[in-house]
Amino acid sequence: MTDEATPIPDYPFDQPHVLEPPREWAESRSKCPVAHVRMPSGDVVGLLTGYDEVRTLLADPRFSRDLSRKGAARLSNTEDGGLFSRTTAGTADIQEGPGHQRWRRLLSRAFTVKKMEAWRPRVQEMADELIDAMLAKGAPVDLRQELALPLPVRVICALLGAPSEDQEKFAYWSEVALTLTKYSQDEVDAAQQAFMDYASDLVEQKRAHPGDDLLSELTQISDSQDGRLSHEELVSTARGLLLAGHETTSNMILKMTALLLSERERYEAVVADPELVTGTVEECLRMDPLAGVGIPRFITEDIEVGGEPVGSGSSLLVNLAAANRDARKFPEPDRFDAHRDNSSQHVTFGAGPHFCVGQTLARVELKVVLDTFARRLPGLRLRDTPEQLRQREGVAAGGLQELWVTW
Amino acid sequence: MKITVDQDACCGSGLCVLRADRVFDQREEDGVVMLLEEAPSTEDFEDVRAAAAGCPTGAIRLAE
Repeated sequence: MTDEATPIPDYPFDQPHVLEPPREWAESRSKCPVAHVRMPSGDVVGLLTGYDEVRTLLADPRFSRDLSRKGAARLSNTEDGGLFSRTTAGTADIQEGPGHQRWRRLLSRAFTVKKMEAWRPRVQEMADELIDAMLAKGAPVDLRQELALPLPVRVICALLGAPSEDQEKFAYWSEVALTLTKYSQDEVDAAQQAFMDYASDLVEQKRAHPGDDLLSELTQISDSQDGRLSHEELVSTARGLLLAGHETTSNMILKMTALLLSERERYEAVVADPELVTGTVEECLRMDPLAGVGIPRFITEDIEVGGEPVGSGSSLLVNLAAANRDARKFPEPDRFDAHRDNSSQHVTFGAGPHFCVGQTLARVELKVVLDTFARRLPGLRLRDTPEQLRQREGVAAGGLQELWVTW
Repeated sequence: MKITVDQDACCGSGLCVLRADRVFDQREEDGVVMLLEEAPSTEDFEDVRAAAAGCPTGAIRLAE
């Protein structure tokens, strides 16, 4: 419910520091199931912060993820309204419904728990190489440049069969794609075109000379009799995996490291007992204090959320990280507890049919990084205080600008 | 305890396998859930309950 006398707050909210969530999360959760906030575009959306409401909404097929629909809220200040409003060639049939499920199942086979566990030794090797180089360089180093960015890029490139030398290009195109306020429409258009051209060339190469990688496998499926993915669908898939495969994971590696080292006993517990790696990774994912803007949905019929009516044609924004601190689901939600029994039920990777397809890979990467830190760098420390850390501004992916460490 | 899974709703997250790999597996061709044990042994009850509660699409049903 919106009180007429209260102005609609701007979103994303400010936070005390990068590791401490905005106070508004708890306030809006306790006040009403749907709070109203103003996006950088100027559009007003309903914000969801309760665990049950968030899960229910994300699992309900009546709520569309297609924000290019007429009347849907725009998130960014670019004319096109940002990532979620942008129409991309080759996504119309695989975005929702049965077409999405068909597409998803083609990808899911590459991300099963067993497939990802088989990748673990390669991820470990890449992490060790990067850490060797970091040690040779000497402290202090910016962990973003030395590990958090290159590791996920190398992993996703190896998985897809893309050359990792092009990592700076993906990093730039991805950041531009995620703009809220940082880039202009012209920059967005140019980067989008360049990224699509690059992905298209890559798909053509894989089609002509298939290797032992996911993209080659997908081109062979799309070329077979049933023609399950068109060229455009493959191109948008390749681009999506390159973008999602490193942006989110590299941000999370830094946030995990900062969350643990800023309260050192959390890190020391893992050093003393490597069995705690999994529980610690899950608790860091749950407590992510810089989770980006959230996930928007366009409401296609009149509904109720937590007893409050939401009209057809309105837009809701699901704040996953706020839902992860709902005390009804996670008692004492602001307390870090590596032994918390249900911490892996966080919604950091979403919920419902669009649940993050790469989360098994992200989990393996995070576990490898933490396990390797604990074994090889027990003395790892932050150079700066949490108050001195700066977040990446103006983009929809929540992360740290840099994270300097010593050991 | 009797478990049923809805393979049509399953999104292939594999979270159930991570939690209870004696009871759940994934089809190799598309990652969809496979039930290894319809009636798990009591020592797996806790993990199966957690797997059902944590399933991103609610595709695991329990009758106890």
